Amino acid sequence: MTQTLADKMTQSWQASVYAVLRDNHVRQIAYVPDSGFSELLNLCLDDPAMSSTVLTTEEEGVGLLAGAWLGGDRGVLMMQSSGVGNCVNMLTLIESCQLPFLSIVTMRGEWKEFNPWQEPMGRNTQAVLELAGVEVFRAKQAGRAAELVQKAVQLVFEESRAVAVLIAQQVIGEKQWQE
Amino acid sequence: MAGVTAAAGTDTMDRRDVVEYLLANRKRALVISGLGAPTYDVTAAGDDDRNFYLWGAMGSAATIGLGLALAQADLPVLVITGDGEMLMGLGSLATIAARQPRNLTVIVVDNERFGETGGQHSHTALQTDLEKVAHGCGIENARTIRSKKELSEFAKLTENLSGPLFACIKVKSANKPRVLPIRDGVQLKERFRKAVLDQESAL
Repeated sequence: MTQTLADKMTQSWQASVYAVLRDNHVRQIAYVPDSGFSELLNLCLDDPAMSSTVLTTEEEGVGLLAGAWLGGDRGVLMMQSSGVGNCVNMLTLIESCQLPFLSIVTMRGEWKEFNPWQEPMGRNTQAVLELAGVEVFRAKQAGRAAELVQKAVQLVFEESRAVAVLIAQQVIGEKQWQE
Repeated sequence: MAGVTAAAGTDTMDRRDVVEYLLANRKRALVISGLGAPTYDVTAAGDDDRNFYLWGAMGSAATIGLGLALAQADLPVLVITGDGEMLMGLGSLATIAARQPRNLTVIVVDNERFGETGGQHSHTALQTDLEKVAHGCGIENARTIRSKKELSEFAKLTENLSGPLFACIKVKSANKPRVLPIRDGVQLKERFRKAVLDQESAL
């Protein structure tokens, strides 16, 4: 049964984003795990129509998605913001070949961040992406995440654009450092 | 130089001959070439719409091959790259092993040099054994090839879809004349996709 956007809004942002990916036939999921998107990732891992690949470093995902598109597959790179810096040179592939590129990035280092070492990359994630030719949409509220991913999917796969949807740390919640 | 192995011995093969041999009977194979000499070698063996030549993004050849192999699981995918390019993306061998794509073959044309930058020794001239790296990452069928006999045995395997396969093929260190393919990435992408998706719909 096809869900309406209103139905999706009542789910968690992660289930809603999964539904957008599924309904838009995004097949290859390239990821370095983050607790911030673990529910979304588990939904993708459990979906037999999706093909999920764990990476040793985020830059592999840029190549993987390029290869996926050359073979006719839509894909998404899921990572946390610290991984964006690892992708910089690989993103020249996307621009040079005008390949579609979709990424979902969970933010660290911006709101209630316990670990100060996350701050430099968190502060610069958007600028780094934009300098590398990737448009940035920021989901600051959980209820907007799926809508922004839907918009990104359309731009990416219908117009060969490169878009990253950044999920704000407020949406993900505070990382718990004590059990 | 201390630590340099005697690998590039007198009986190692010529890189152009190796790549030409591997592609002479490519049949349905799709090819990704790593930037630098492998891109020229693949071009020298004959341009084909099903070749995707890299001119940059060093370290990405094997993962591009993986994404392609996962998308087109019934077509053999050959990644033909150099030792320097492979060394920059060693983690991708672990990523490939995690997926075990049966249609993916990674071929390193190993001259133990950074040929484009003046022939400086790479890690494979020093201590690194790429066969062991690939094997240790979990690519069971990994080998080092030093002779035409070994090359012909290996070439027979690539179309069997029994991978993933990895081969480190030792070649002479001398640079060959550059044979340059088109550099327009958009054109490379569009002709490759058309060739692959036409082939897919013809299956």
